[in-house]
Amino acid sequence: MMNSSPAVDVRALCVVRGGRPVLQRIDLTVARGSVTGLLGPSGCGKTTLLRSVVGVQRIESGEVRVLGLPAGSPALRNRVGYVTQAPSVYADLSVLANLRYFAEVLGAPRTDPDRVLDEVGLSPHAKDLVGRLSGGQRARVSLAAALLGAPELLVLDEPTVGLDPVLRQELWQLFHRLAAGGATLLVSSHVMDEAARCTALLLMREGRLLAHDTPQALLDATGAADIEGAFLSLVADADTDAHAEAHMDARADEDAEAASEGTR
Amino acid sequence: MNIRRTLATARRVLLQLRSDPRTVAMLLLVPCLLIVLLKYAFDGRQEVFDSLGAPLLGIFPMVVMFLVTAVATLRERTTGTLERLLTMPLGRLDLLLGYALAFGLVALLQGLLAFGLTVGLLGLDIAGPSWALLAVAVADGLLGMALGLFVSAFAATEFQAVQFMPAFLLPQLLLCGLFTPRDTMAGWLHAVSDVLPLSYAVDAMNRLTSEAGFGGAVAVDLVVVLGCTLLALGLGAVTLRRRTA
Repeated sequence: MMNSSPAVDVRALCVVRGGRPVLQRIDLTVARGSVTGLLGPSGCGKTTLLRSVVGVQRIESGEVRVLGLPAGSPALRNRVGYVTQAPSVYADLSVLANLRYFAEVLGAPRTDPDRVLDEVGLSPHAKDLVGRLSGGQRARVSLAAALLGAPELLVLDEPTVGLDPVLRQELWQLFHRLAAGGATLLVSSHVMDEAARCTALLLMREGRLLAHDTPQALLDATGAADIEGAFLSLVADADTDAHAEAHMDARADEDAEAASEGTR
Repeated sequence: MNIRRTLATARRVLLQLRSDPRTVAMLLLVPCLLIVLLKYAFDGRQEVFDSLGAPLLGIFPMVVMFLVTAVATLRERTTGTLERLLTMPLGRLDLLLGYALAFGLVALLQGLLAFGLTVGLLGLDIAGPSWALLAVAVADGLLGMALGLFVSAFAATEFQAVQFMPAFLLPQLLLCGLFTPRDTMAGWLHAVSDVLPLSYAVDAMNRLTSEAGFGGAVAVDLVVVLGCTLLALGLGAVTLRRRTA
């Protein structure tokens, strides 16, 4: 089952939304069996990148391959699990009814709803209406739905937002168990302290990829004490480079214009 | 298209409805209530009720089904469940037919109730066969459902979806021949009313009111209404895009 080709292979991906470039020539790979963290501030393009991987984002140019196939291929639809940032489950159905429906759509085994409920620790709430659950519980129902059918790639958009530290830790343990079982996880977060829990990191800012490495290698390369420090140091480097290559970069052009106007 | 996924979707939509008993009650009872009001608004003048009862038996369910379906499918779009479903192996038609089956069942129940009330209790007297009245009433409910599914694609919020009722249905109501016979309208208005599905629904009901038997003209009207239903469902499928900006 293990395959040496990467789970996700993105080449020169550009996405434009509302006339504004949101992703600018992104190149990256996600290794099979990894827990790869996609980190960056809110609004930097993380969700757009994840949507491109799942194949629901209209892209401007570039190539996105997932498990060896073009992203969004019909053959991938029961091999990739996707959890959107806002819980995408039916508030007016019980937890179990939600999972049974999605399991039926996926053609997952009949025992799967109970299995995934157990995995996210929601078995006691199986009969509860989703609309009556707390925000964190709702997010876990949404996650459970993505685990149905044991997908080979899980794309999770901020799955731990709003969860208490104990639950967050439990979920990260679950992610590593799934990876140990052969799955690949691509997990976004804007909380830098979650970086240490990943086996690989992608750091993003303003639609560009700043770095792609293991947490330790990033710390070593930047000499920073934590990932937040490494991020800041990488941003400073990137800004210096951008100004040096002002003629190649529209954004730097604007900055330069603003600067020259300031001196007039 | 896949039967198992279509049926699973229909069952899910019905389960969702079940958790909202007030909506179910309003779906089934509001058309009945309106027909009772109509009867007593024309206090004792049975001939007025006989001439208006059939067309309105078609129109009320259509309006109610339109609203409920438009909002239900809009909710699917705005809560992200549609995006999730479209990343799964669910065909667009599976989803639409699932909705159509579930709400079609509601339309059938609603039609049966309103029909039983109008013909049984309120004594609506028409020249045509009463089973045909029921058939047209249910077809009108289905048409309302399909139009609601379709227009929900153009609404970004529930406010907009609800506004489509006056924007989309009221012009049809004005031109369908209920207020003034279609033959007496100006040529261009008549032409417009010729392409609006509600005109055919009301034509069918008017024919059943005044003509005995189930004539070919009624059959043609019924086919047009069902054809528009299928067309709206097909257009609805086109508006479901897996990739969005």
